[in-house]
Amino acid sequence: MEGIVLNYTISPDDFTRAGEASSDVKRKLKQLGVSPEAVRKVAIAMYEGEINMVIHANGGEITVEITPERILMILADSGPGIPDVEKAMQAGYSTAPDEVRSLGFGAGMGLPNMKSYTDDLKIETKLGVGTTITMEVRLE
Amino acid sequence: MQVQDLIDSGRFKVISLGEDRERELTTPFCCDLLSVAMGHAPSGCAWVTVMGNINTLAVASLADAACIILAEGAALDEAAANKARMQEITVLGTEEPVFEAALWVWQQMKGQD
Repeated sequence: MEGIVLNYTISPDDFTRAGEASSDVKRKLKQLGVSPEAVRKVAIAMYEGEINMVIHANGGEITVEITPERILMILADSGPGIPDVEKAMQAGYSTAPDEVRSLGFGAGMGLPNMKSYTDDLKIETKLGVGTTITMEVRLE
Repeated sequence: MQVQDLIDSGRFKVISLGEDRERELTTPFCCDLLSVAMGHAPSGCAWVTVMGNINTLAVASLADAACIILAEGAALDEAAANKARMQEITVLGTEEPVFEAALWVWQQMKGQD
């Protein structure tokens, strides 16, 4: 790996801390002088992923790799896996429990937002084993 | 119109003072569903909502809103208030409904009364 590498562990079921890893990445990208638009895309895509890990996957690990050309986010969990990726990619489709919805989440926008705010999104998932999502935001 | 102009208007209760108060507002934005706000809140918006939990602060910060206006007398719980201070986000409050609060901001931006 080249460039700057950041690693985060996401705790399960902790909505008070959800977003801390994304906030930290946002702060570091700003300090590095990355354009505000790219910072915003990374922050939104990564936060959606982070929230998904908290809701669905008992937490997980996020690795962010920063080079002058692109920002790569790798989100790996050992959760239940996604049974139907195509459905999960549809805006409005959600399997989030009620307590999550009462917080204002769970509207089925997570993966669609992650796709629309990144230049590349790959989902590798296996039922009962886990999910790894790789997202790339290219820099000008 | 800047965040500071909202504060100076005296129309809102100041719940938390953020750092970048000279930031220009791009538009008011109304939404209570955080999932939707995450994807659609425009950068630099004054986000009007009744949702005052800690995740509102995270969404505002990550989606790059200029400030939060809590309508209908909604309050921040203690964890959320701490987060607002920590992340230096300006949070204002009003007893007005969401639409009226946002309309007022819009009218000020357009120079109407």
